[in-house]
Amino acid sequence: MELKKPPLIDDEGRRLDGRGPAELRPLHIEVDVLANADGSAYVEQGNTKVLAAVYGPKEVHPRHLGLPDRAVLRCRYHMAPFSVKQRKSPAPSRREIELSKVIREALEPALFLQHYPRTAIDVFIEVLQADGGTRCASITAASLALADAGIPMRDLVAACAAGKINGVLVLDLCDIEDKHGEADVPLAMMPGLGRITLLQMDGMLTPTELKECIMLAIEGCKQIYAAQKEALRERFVRIRKEVEEAEGLEPAEGGGEA
Amino acid sequence: MTLFFNKRDLVVPGDLLAEGDYELGENVYRIGDKIYATRVGLFELKDSKVSVIALNSFYVPKPGDVVIGDVVDIGVGSWAVDIRAPRLAILRAVDALGKPFRPDKQELSRFLTVGDTIIAKVKAYDRTRSPLLTLSEPGLGKVTSGRIVRITPSKVPRLIGRKGSMISMLKRETGCKIVIGMNGVVLVRCKRPEDEELLVEAIEKIERESHVEGLTDRIAMMIRRRKGLGA
Repeated sequence: MELKKPPLIDDEGRRLDGRGPAELRPLHIEVDVLANADGSAYVEQGNTKVLAAVYGPKEVHPRHLGLPDRAVLRCRYHMAPFSVKQRKSPAPSRREIELSKVIREALEPALFLQHYPRTAIDVFIEVLQADGGTRCASITAASLALADAGIPMRDLVAACAAGKINGVLVLDLCDIEDKHGEADVPLAMMPGLGRITLLQMDGMLTPTELKECIMLAIEGCKQIYAAQKEALRERFVRIRKEVEEAEGLEPAEGGGEA
Repeated sequence: MTLFFNKRDLVVPGDLLAEGDYELGENVYRIGDKIYATRVGLFELKDSKVSVIALNSFYVPKPGDVVIGDVVDIGVGSWAVDIRAPRLAILRAVDALGKPFRPDKQELSRFLTVGDTIIAKVKAYDRTRSPLLTLSEPGLGKVTSGRIVRITPSKVPRLIGRKGSMISMLKRETGCKIVIGMNGVVLVRCKRPEDEELLVEAIEKIERESHVEGLTDRIAMMIRRRKGLGA
């Protein structure tokens, strides 16, 4: 017996949410959203919402986990109980532990860990709402939180998935497309350096399709990368603008005082 | 030899700053002949040295730095001090008391205990070991009064200003005593609470607006205006 799959793409080539095949979901990024963490970032990609916080480099506890030649990067990817339709147990699942490792390995190449021996950098990622592509949004958010914490980086890491639904190769799959589609290829990279730090595949693709998916995901990453840089600059540009505006008012006030 | 940014432009990690035969300054690194930024900050070029003045950073100890930290633990012959660096700093009893310490006769907690704040100097640090502190110089020791303000360590130079211009202006205008720890911890001691409020506000403004030109004038203006209103 074969399950009847719902149509994911209409006759005009539009997806369920009205996107074209090579279009990203609406992206919203904020940096420095948490006062108590050393660095933080918030990423919304469509209905996927992810919060990342970074602490460190700091003393390693327990002590024996420290390495004599470099810092340890510790990642925790966690989904909030309310992030999915059916309440998820807050205990870390097998999937979350695996994703924590995968995200850590996607971020490590961007850092100069050997500069800070016997210390730890902690990254906490909280998925507030899940609608597909959470590991990619997590990497995007975590790399911004690292930059916000003032931790030196080779480049920002941007991540995005590509895949195949109803026989069409598409960018940035949402949850339904991921579940009912044929394949999903998450990819993370340092776009400025042209280095890929994460590449996974779930499902079936021919070698040429895989190559096309990778090219598609790289294009997606580049768009996300531009948005990341914009978000990092935003706060400082805003303060500069505020000061300049206040300065514009100054002569009048100064004149009043004199 | 190509530059991709102008002086004081805002850059972020991964931005390609320059290509060619430049010297490497702070917060940059090189692949081949390409030079990239590693932190969010302002692009800087001095002679042929490319660097980034960081806007976010953490404190990395340097021998000779005066720092302000909190005692967090008492060991056998030493204290552990949190100076907001990647590692806890160690203050040995000899370096604090200036004479040999006899663990059988004296109690360390009589001199300093957990929760005390101290002004200390970094004696040694080589990033494979914990930083060592010393108190054996005038002006160093336990903090008994005042208020602590914390700023990003990379903004300490802005708070001091060129040749100390900012800090002397702050002292002059508010009449307060200020001790700046290179780790971004600032101790202010004022006679009047209004002066303290004003000074803390000024320090916070410096941290927030350090990347916009004309900082010293703006702060002086703010203080004068506030004092004018108070009178």
